[in-house]
Amino acid sequence: MSMDLNYFLELGINGALAGLMYALVAMGLVLVYKSSSVPNLAQGALTMVGAYVVLFYQLGLGLPMVLAILLAIVTMCGLGLGIERVALRPLAGRPIVMILMMTLGLDIFLRALTLAIWGGNGRPLRLGISDDPIFLGPILLNQAYVIGAAVTLVLFGFFVFFFQTRRGVVLRAIADDYMASWSVGISVERGVGLSWALSSMVATIAGVLWASMQGVDQSLSLLLLKGVTVAVLGGMDSLGGAILAGLLLGAFESVASGYLDPLLGGGTRELVIAAVLIITIMIRPHGLFGRHDIERL
Amino acid sequence: MFFRQAGVFHTSYALDRKLFPIPADRVMIVVMLAFGVLAPWLVSSLTLTSYMLPWLVWTSATLGLNLIIGWAGQFHFGYAAVMGIGAYASVHATRNGIPWEIAVVLGGLTATVIGVVFAFAALRVKGLYLALSTLALQFVMDWVISHVPAISGGVGATLQAPAMRLMGEVVSSDAGLYYVALVWCVLVTVFMLNLRRTALGRALVAVREKDFAAAVIGVQSFYYKLIAFATSSFIGGVSGAILIFTFYRAVTPEQFSVNVSIELLAMVIVGGLGSIIGSWFGAAFILLMPSQMNHLIAWGAKALGLDLGVETLAHIPHVVYGALIILFLIVEPMGLGKLYGNVRDYLKLWPFGYTRK
Repeated sequence: MSMDLNYFLELGINGALAGLMYALVAMGLVLVYKSSSVPNLAQGALTMVGAYVVLFYQLGLGLPMVLAILLAIVTMCGLGLGIERVALRPLAGRPIVMILMMTLGLDIFLRALTLAIWGGNGRPLRLGISDDPIFLGPILLNQAYVIGAAVTLVLFGFFVFFFQTRRGVVLRAIADDYMASWSVGISVERGVGLSWALSSMVATIAGVLWASMQGVDQSLSLLLLKGVTVAVLGGMDSLGGAILAGLLLGAFESVASGYLDPLLGGGTRELVIAAVLIITIMIRPHGLFGRHDIERL
Repeated sequence: MFFRQAGVFHTSYALDRKLFPIPADRVMIVVMLAFGVLAPWLVSSLTLTSYMLPWLVWTSATLGLNLIIGWAGQFHFGYAAVMGIGAYASVHATRNGIPWEIAVVLGGLTATVIGVVFAFAALRVKGLYLALSTLALQFVMDWVISHVPAISGGVGATLQAPAMRLMGEVVSSDAGLYYVALVWCVLVTVFMLNLRRTALGRALVAVREKDFAAAVIGVQSFYYKLIAFATSSFIGGVSGAILIFTFYRAVTPEQFSVNVSIELLAMVIVGGLGSIIGSWFGAAFILLMPSQMNHLIAWGAKALGLDLGVETLAHIPHVVYGALIILFLIVEPMGLGKLYGNVRDYLKLWPFGYTRK
């Protein structure tokens, strides 16, 4: 009996830690959605591109890992700014279907571009995290998950602090009301650009962490579905919500698929995630902490 | 020059409501139809079966999706799943000895039932949340199709489609299959053209523009959304079935994956929201462009003496595909249909441009 409980706890805790890393993808989505109401469906592709760029700096130019990651973050911020300026700004005020399609187009473009440049073979990206599990009583924890979850919490702390600074307050003002921000002299364009840069930074970090576990390949862009689900569950415009939703979704996904996989013949992770997304939208579309002004019928 | 219309001079309601009020349009339609019918004699068999036939089927599907997105203003990111349901249902029906004509309709009806499930999402939320929930439903459908052996015949299995029999006669010639696709595509196009003139079409547009404003003038948005989803799912289901019977000849879950849904969306957007001729253009563009691009790039690389890797060459069409979606949305968000409309509007008055106020 206690074996079962341990199995349950192990699934739940490892899942929750992985869920915090999903929250990292979701935070990127939330940052952009908060400032410009753009649901960035290219966030998964950005995560993947971030990992490829790190790999390029590390292996292509032979830089040390820390420097490679820092340079990649700078590069990705530039990419984020560029995407906002070239692709999203001309669409401001257009119907949401066009904005969604634009982000999907970016997703296709970025994925195909990485394939064309680096090919389809997966490559390892080593951060020097050992494969040995951490023992927590009788429960085994994946060390990479623990570190990833810690990084997520540190980043979340950084954002909590950042939104108290002058620049952060500007972003909050933009998230609240475009017109009012303009009328007090805030440059909305620059603020939205900044949020894209921040979101690309988060994407790079998420990319590095996930790539250190599963290697750098196209499957990194599939984190999008998990990121979107966490973001919606957390409330689309709430960073704290994303963290909590990540914990919940990760634990639930891991436990549910742990018990369902043997019954249904595997591959239930996607199913569980999609089901959570649908149920959230049907029951509580504004998520756990989202604003209540989401249009409903 | 071609259109010769310097003003609108309709003298009766019937004239005003005509499908093609301008003679040049009528001539063009007749020429196009004649070309469509005579195509098996005019173009090579390769062009017929690997370009024109899939183009016609995908155009029908694009028109069905356009009905939901362009007319009713509801998102549907899981249209490929609906097509897949239609395809699987009709293949299973024919394998169990049901005549093809009935099996295809059955496929369409099954897709309609599933499509109404999507509609229930639309009755709760709209905009982004509708898009995401239909996307999630697509994932669920993918999973169900590939993991339920009764549907897919086992994980990773391919289900052979039986030969197509029309009125008991086996249709297997290239021209025969092509005509089936042509007839279906023409039917859907005529339906969509007429939809604009019916109460249903106008009600859908009213719901699209503002659903509660529509409710104020007595259009039940609930009811019309359901109708829109059901109709478009039927079109999608039959198109999926025809795609399998005339083109793929066998059905696997990957043929209707989430990427296909996105490709269909791209066809609608590149063609133009709510544009019928745009759907034809959009389907052609997204379907035929990658292979043409591949030839062009291979040729260009050779001409410039560049040595591109096989993998790079293989993926460049996708890069171009993504870039074109981005470019279209920036430059002409209303798509190819709008571009065609612009040229047409200009030529309509051509030497007398000043008559346009």
